[in-house]
Amino acid sequence: MAIVYQRSKGLADIETHYCPGCTHGIIHRLVAETLEELGVLGNTVGVAPVGCSVFAYDYFNCDMQEAAHGRAPAVATGIKRVLPDKVVFTYQGDGDLAAIGTGEITHAAMRGENITTVFVNNAIYGMTGGQMAPTTLVGQRATTAPLGRDKSHAGSPIRIAEMLATIDGAAYIERVTVTSPANVMRAKRAIKKAFELQIEGRGFTLIEVLSTCPTNWGLTPVKALEWLNENMIPVFPLGVYKDITKEA
Amino acid sequence: MAKELWKGNEAIAEAAIRAGCRCYFGYPITPQSEIPEYMSLHMPKAGGIFLQSESEIAAINMVYGAAGAGARVMTSSSSPGISLKQEGISYMCGAELPGVIVNVMRGGPGLGTIQPAQGDYFQATRGGGNGDYRLIVFAPANIQEVVDLMQEAFELADRYRMPVMMLLDGMIGQMMEPIEWKKPPVSPDDLPKKSWATTGTKGEREPNIINSLFISPEACNAHNHRLEDKYRRVIANEQRYETNDTDGAKIIFVAYGTPARLARAAAGILEKEGIKAGVFRPITVWPYPYEALHQVAAQESVKAVVTVEMSTGQMVDDVRIGVNGVKPVSFVGQAGGVVPTPREVANAALKALGR
Ligand SMILES: Cc1ncc(C[n+]2csc(CCOP(=O)(O)OP(=O)(O)O)c2C)c(N)n1
Ligand code: SF4
Ligand SMILES: [Mg+2]
Repeated sequence: MAIVYQRSKGLADIETHYCPGCTHGIIHRLVAETLEELGVLGNTVGVAPVGCSVFAYDYFNCDMQEAAHGRAPAVATGIKRVLPDKVVFTYQGDGDLAAIGTGEITHAAMRGENITTVFVNNAIYGMTGGQMAPTTLVGQRATTAPLGRDKSHAGSPIRIAEMLATIDGAAYIERVTVTSPANVMRAKRAIKKAFELQIEGRGFTLIEVLSTCPTNWGLTPVKALEWLNENMIPVFPLGVYKDITKEA
Repeated sequence: MAKELWKGNEAIAEAAIRAGCRCYFGYPITPQSEIPEYMSLHMPKAGGIFLQSESEIAAINMVYGAAGAGARVMTSSSSPGISLKQEGISYMCGAELPGVIVNVMRGGPGLGTIQPAQGDYFQATRGGGNGDYRLIVFAPANIQEVVDLMQEAFELADRYRMPVMMLLDGMIGQMMEPIEWKKPPVSPDDLPKKSWATTGTKGEREPNIINSLFISPEACNAHNHRLEDKYRRVIANEQRYETNDTDGAKIIFVAYGTPARLARAAAGILEKEGIKAGVFRPITVWPYPYEALHQVAAQESVKAVVTVEMSTGQMVDDVRIGVNGVKPVSFVGQAGGVVPTPREVANAALKALGR
């Protein structure tokens, strides 16, 4: 019998703790497949964040370091400077990267740090139980914004892909999502391109992936995908924001 | 070898390179900025990595990543910057990562002053970050001693897989003294390989993981007890101290760093006034040489123990633990960049004797 689908060698053979329908799992698979297809699993060091993906160090089948909340880009910098020939990536949520770790990600991009960041934006603090994130939509309810995010009080969502694209050291920045098979394929291509550019030594690469949190959004997995498409994409438009291979 | 005149901060940086350190991350702050400045020029020349980070928080996390990747790595800062590193230090202890952290202390709290002080003793020896952890803390009293201890600092960090702090007052960083390079330089190629480091599996082994998360209480408890066992070994094996004229002394001064030099000057003053005084100087302030201090203080000749610090009294708590009530312990000190004078220190001893 022909095998048409199997676990990527980039993923350890253990159960994850992600909630049913959470798209963190799909994104893990895309990263793992990419590392496997590029043949770099044995040559890669990943950095896990603090957030729902904190246990990523157990899930990816490569050397891993667990960073303090928001500090993954600094940890990755330390690794990459010592081991410039290794593939180094961070996997970070929106609280981790766009709130407490804004400084670290911005300066990693500024230095053109030759690493890849997979940025999982689910517009919420998933792990700690659904508090407001800097990416939470105006009007979106969170446990620390029970009446919905109020723009006059808490501002509007921060757009990381757009912001980091203004930085010269950024080589490739794209925003994708995983709400349909077509979108998953696009996300895979983006992630693979980012890693390929890192391997070519082109500089800092970041793929922002719009992701669901059915549990804290209070929606079924299917409704969560719909909510993302209808509400998040208009605020966080998909697309390529920086591509040095297209620049003159 | 001939003696050379070196500024403290530059000697610290050079000593690290000679100790085989090829990786430095830091952020400028007075009175230690000559360390990153020196590193920016000489680390690349030695084939190493220098990077000025965006903050002390980033610097210590770069140290974490580099240490996890197997490098002999250092960072340096001064008091307010060391406060920002506490999170990373706690994570390094939790993940059992080696590295050397230099604190060239200035006056606090807050922005305080750029002048030398010793107000970070509690932070260094009690842990400024979260959790049950310890650092090996060296407190050298002159530039020669800093240079002599640097290699050992890196070696102990590697042996015990824990960070080691060099706790200096700004005086040592800023002054110049003649020193000798006694030990031959260490080549990074000769250092023992770190099998636990994340250097890529090459498909030949299971993944290595650098981590301080142990989510189940049982696992976290076991991890803490394992760390505790390690710290007990450090306590048993790594206490360092020096005594000067303590045999048969009436007064025992206890001081570390620059105040130890002031205490010796004060002992000289007392000597002329017919009072025999000696100095007990911890070289490691963690682990603290409690037992050695106790023995010195318990001598029949000793009438009083006087602690001298450039703070309002922090190490004095450890002195009290060591002396454990066998003799009266008193304190003299100035903070915020003011250095006590030898006369002031001698007078504190006279007061302790009831004169
Ligand atoms: C210094 C620090 N502050 C706060 C926390 C608590 N904390 C853990 S995860 C988290 C938010 C994670 O949210 P995000 O990065 O969006 O990841 P998600 O869980 O949504 O994937 C917070 C605030 C922590 N672990 N450390
Ligand atoms: S809380 Fe949300 S982000 Fe976290 S695993 Fe569950 S669904 Fe996913
Ligand atoms: Mg999130």
